[in-house]
Amino acid sequence: MIGRHRHCIALEDYSREEILEVLDLALSMKEVLRRPLKKVPTLRGKSVVNLFFESSTRTRSSFEIAAKVLSADALNWTSTGSSVSKGETLLDTARNLEAMRPDVIVVRHAASGAPAFLARHVKCSVVSAGDGAHEHPSQGLLDCFTIRERLGSLSGRTVAIVGDISHSRVARSDLHALGKLGAAVRVCGPPTMIPQGIERLGAQVFHDLQGAVAGADAVVMLRIQHERIGDPLIPGAREYSRLWGLNAWKAAEWLKPECLILHPGPINRGVELSSDVADGPRSVILDQVENGVAVRMAILYLLAGSGATGEGSAREKASA
Amino acid sequence: MGDRPAMNAEAIGRAVGRMAREIVERAGREAGDLAVVGIRRGGVHLAERLRAEIARATGTRPPLGTLDIALYRDDLAERGRAPVLGPTDIPFPVQGRTIVLVDDVLYTGRTVRAALDELVDFGRPRRVWLAVLVDRGGRELPIAADFAGATAAAAEGEDVLVRLVEGGAPEDVVVVRRRGS
Amino acid sequence: MSDTIFIEGGRVIDPANGLDAVRTVVIREGRVAEVAERVERTREAQVLDARGKWVTPGFVDLHVHLREPGQEYKETVASGARAAVSGGFTAVCAMANTVPPNDNATVTELVLARAAAAGLARVYPVGCVSRGQKGEDLAEYGELKAAGCVAVSDDGKPVQSAALMRRALEYALTFGLPLAVHEEEPQLAGTWSMNEGPVATRLGLKGCPPQAEEVMVLRDLALAELTGGRLHLQHISTAGGVRAVRDAKRRGLRITAEATPHHLTLTDEEVARSGYDTDFKMNPPLRGEADVRAVREALADGTLDCIATDHAPHAVEEKHLEFDAALNGILGLETAFAACLALVREGALSEKRLVEALTASAARCFGLPGGALGRGAPADVAVLDPALAWTCDPAALHSRSRNTPWKGRRLTGRCTHTLVGGRLVHELGGSR
Repeated sequence: MIGRHRHCIALEDYSREEILEVLDLALSMKEVLRRPLKKVPTLRGKSVVNLFFESSTRTRSSFEIAAKVLSADALNWTSTGSSVSKGETLLDTARNLEAMRPDVIVVRHAASGAPAFLARHVKCSVVSAGDGAHEHPSQGLLDCFTIRERLGSLSGRTVAIVGDISHSRVARSDLHALGKLGAAVRVCGPPTMIPQGIERLGAQVFHDLQGAVAGADAVVMLRIQHERIGDPLIPGAREYSRLWGLNAWKAAEWLKPECLILHPGPINRGVELSSDVADGPRSVILDQVENGVAVRMAILYLLAGSGATGEGSAREKASA
Repeated sequence: MGDRPAMNAEAIGRAVGRMAREIVERAGREAGDLAVVGIRRGGVHLAERLRAEIARATGTRPPLGTLDIALYRDDLAERGRAPVLGPTDIPFPVQGRTIVLVDDVLYTGRTVRAALDELVDFGRPRRVWLAVLVDRGGRELPIAADFAGATAAAAEGEDVLVRLVEGGAPEDVVVVRRRGS
Repeated sequence: MSDTIFIEGGRVIDPANGLDAVRTVVIREGRVAEVAERVERTREAQVLDARGKWVTPGFVDLHVHLREPGQEYKETVASGARAAVSGGFTAVCAMANTVPPNDNATVTELVLARAAAAGLARVYPVGCVSRGQKGEDLAEYGELKAAGCVAVSDDGKPVQSAALMRRALEYALTFGLPLAVHEEEPQLAGTWSMNEGPVATRLGLKGCPPQAEEVMVLRDLALAELTGGRLHLQHISTAGGVRAVRDAKRRGLRITAEATPHHLTLTDEEVARSGYDTDFKMNPPLRGEADVRAVREALADGTLDCIATDHAPHAVEEKHLEFDAALNGILGLETAFAACLALVREGALSEKRLVEALTASAARCFGLPGGALGRGAPADVAVLDPALAWTCDPAALHSRSRNTPWKGRRLTGRCTHTLVGGRLVHELGGSR
């Protein structure tokens, strides 16, 4: 990731080595979060702008904390509604922001490809905090970090992702990252929620939960959005929960004892996850939150923790 | 290869032993409050050696820590790539301790400046002593070594390199190498 | 300028008259006087040296959006007609989804007036199927035909109501007007940005399944059978659509169909490869490999009668947006020949069939004059250099808009001269 990527937009673009680099770096960043004084001067004088076109308290806060621990200035710019309805185009908004000279723009947008579009037109670094159903790279990385932290290497592991895969950017980012790190990935949900050609991205498709989680080392449960007007994918939350939701009984009967349970949040308690499972011993959901800050610190450090123009340094002393 | 030898294994061993004894002597009755912190990467193995020597002298092993200063560097703006970050581990409370900060070579003093800034973010030590294997002069900041194994003369275009067996070298040695060769 | 033109030394490809040979074409008073091997050159005649080039009937495009009245910032009849002749097109059919839509004589007459004033490509207006293109009531086909419309179409949109579609097919029979239809089942398609498939999955974009086209094609073919109406299927882009058309023709239905240059040559992979570039976004969307192959074969074997560009200009601020928000549509007039010539080079299409699909077959679909160079025919001629390499620079195009997927690409094949009614209206590198 160093040098080669000016932006962090899609894990599909990163090699296995680059992903491991971020994860290793995040480990050191996590140590900083555990210090009595949670602040290092690394990005002092740098600014990170959160440009969120979709509301999200948790991801935005996570990026904000990450920036602040690194002593960067963090600014939030929330904008709901599409660029068309608002009257100001996405490009204009970003360019106006850029004129204030941020070092990094973190953008979340409902349209897939929006961060890539922005990246072509601004000079600073762009980090995607999620675009449409395309990718959510920091989430993919923190999910890998969390599993790796508990289980060691991801190579040879099996991870199941359960939920509305077709609309999930988390699923896609997880799929790319886990695959590159050597894990076998299964996706599970009713056929209406499994997008065409997902096998080509390396996923094995399951429609039954029991089969999908059998022998899995980790399960990622996705949030179900049950109100989709005009194109209902499921009859409702009740039947979904019965067939694809995870409760204590299923967890005890179908999951390996050491199987980890992840969820990107926010949880629909009682739908995809029952409370006792979400708060139970296998759940690493809260770890995900802490790791999310560490991973985002790593991303910001890699993109902003150096000379702005990226030109090589003249003096790098071997020992000072 | 153009390397000028500056210290051999025997000299290094003697220097580390001597520094440990001087540290213990200066600490006096507060030798029990000593802690050794090595600056990554060059100071890590030396810190381990010093700690072992101090333990031999006092009968108690002082706690050992590691400090990576990448996040505190003052030259980030000039670098093209964010420097590789290694682990920092200070597994003891800093408050009230006499910290022996260890590095292999003292040159401009900027690494030590960064290490001090980072160290005090962990707490307020009683005092900090700087112990280096080689002091090559060329300071750019008002930093001085409290304990130095040796001095070495090196020109601006030269590096002073410490190679230890813990780091994979065939034997301990300090060399002066012309940069670019 | 003399009224007499000798186009000499070119390979005359005129499928309507079964001709493919080096000939001299003589034009007098706006008409083709003769096409012969050796003709004595008259003194006052203008000579156009066509050696090494093709000489064909001027191309006929059944599907262009000229945007006038109402959206002149994208294109006007004049700028569109200029783009047309520079691409070798001497006749274009202007779609009705203008602002206001062409459901009355006034708009039709406006389009014709603008075309006459421009004096470039012939423009044949197409009227609406339904009043205001609302899909509720029939437009007044009688008035539209009398004013000069050659077909009716609600293109842009499908005709949602099967009942209305049936009545439209029946009513249009009165006037001999073909119904040109955009085939897309709207509920099945939903709100989409590209073709549904592995590429859409990878990119996280909402996709429209190929079956949305097929379902509607099957519906309208059944209605054509019911009514005996004259159906023309626009921009067929899927294997399913092709299969349905082939089957219907085999059964003897009187239907025609067109394919666009982009559906013949580009796949949905382009959206990924280009990084969500909206110049690859149009309706119907670019499809997968299998669909493109089926469309090519269908054009070659005549299942799909002709090539039509669906030239759809849009302004920069309508395309330069995040993918979901960008409007559907791309330019086509000035790149059609080069794009389709690539099919010939790849062996997917013969030269004769290519020219036929751009000329005689197209004209026949709507019963238009032109598309042939027989003696006495109006002298609508295109002179093309099939070996000329050029780079497509959007800023250098004659269209008012810039939304072309071929931007920056090295293309081979270009129109060097175009004559309409014997007048030279386009000359590559010339003052025109």
